[in-house]
Amino acid sequence: MAKVKGDVIIDIDVCKGCLLCVDVCPTKTLAPGTKVNQKGYIYVVKVNDDCTGCTNCSTICPDAAITVYREKINK
Amino acid sequence: MNDTLHLAENLVYKRPKTLINVAMHYCPGCGHSTTHKILCEVIDELNIQSEVIGVAPVGCSVIAYDYLNIDMQEAAHGRASAVATGIKRVLPEKLVFSYQGDGDLAAIGTAETLHTCNRGENILIIFINNAIYGMTGGQMAPTTLENMKSTTTPFGRNVRKMGYPIKMTDLVATLPGTYYVTRQSVHTPANVRKTKAAIKKAFEYQRLDRGTCFIEVVSNCPSNWKMTPVDSNKWLVENMLPFYSLGDLKVPSKEEN
Repeated sequence: MAKVKGDVIIDIDVCKGCLLCVDVCPTKTLAPGTKVNQKGYIYVVKVNDDCTGCTNCSTICPDAAITVYREKINK
Repeated sequence: MNDTLHLAENLVYKRPKTLINVAMHYCPGCGHSTTHKILCEVIDELNIQSEVIGVAPVGCSVIAYDYLNIDMQEAAHGRASAVATGIKRVLPEKLVFSYQGDGDLAAIGTAETLHTCNRGENILIIFINNAIYGMTGGQMAPTTLENMKSTTTPFGRNVRKMGYPIKMTDLVATLPGTYYVTRQSVHTPANVRKTKAAIKKAFEYQRLDRGTCFIEVVSNCPSNWKMTPVDSNKWLVENMLPFYSLGDLKVPSKEEN
């Protein structure tokens, strides 16, 4: 069965920590981090490898801070 | 983590190239930035970066030209649609849009907006409605809801004293000059995709020279509503959407396409 594997890369300089992506992520891959960026916002980090590359986060992200990859893996 | 995942062929989303790679000044979670982003995605997908001319308003999005890598012109407060009219008439082969907030379009610019739509100028008007004056600190706007608190209506908007919230989109939909009038929002991924499709359609109609396209985007204002971005989107669903109901108000009939 083909399985989907995804990954998100967050641009920490652009992220403003609005957490809209955390709210819409179906796999709870994104969570608020503990560090602040140069603008003083607590940016979002990736906390697990369950990402399916659904692009919900990148669609809702107001600052286009998220790059998404998706690959089909045949098992 | 496997190594083939980050190949270019597996890339499903990246920042649109028309959106200049700087941190925008908007507050976290603001609908303005989402709308900028999808506008840039549409420009990238239609490959019209060199053909588009935008008109920036006065309001939160006053420096939109610092973020969109296209030709842009700043207009006086409320006059963006009038300036866009001029640009479109001089350069009819270009795709012209104005990007305006509710204080700009529905208050000081009501006359310009209505007459632009009434003349059926072949432009796209993007109207961001967050029911408040965001840039100046959260004063009541014409679109502020009944009983909604703002800095100038601390006890809620009293419609007997301050009038009723104005539905600009419903107003312009009644005018014969408009071709495509819709109200969308950007509070969920599905709605963002719908708004993007609407903007794309509007640019395509503009190429066909059919009349004014008017897209209202119901947006949040977390800072002036004094909520977190996630809460502000919930408030938007509970309070804004029952009054400003989403959907197409005027769509071209099938024969016309």
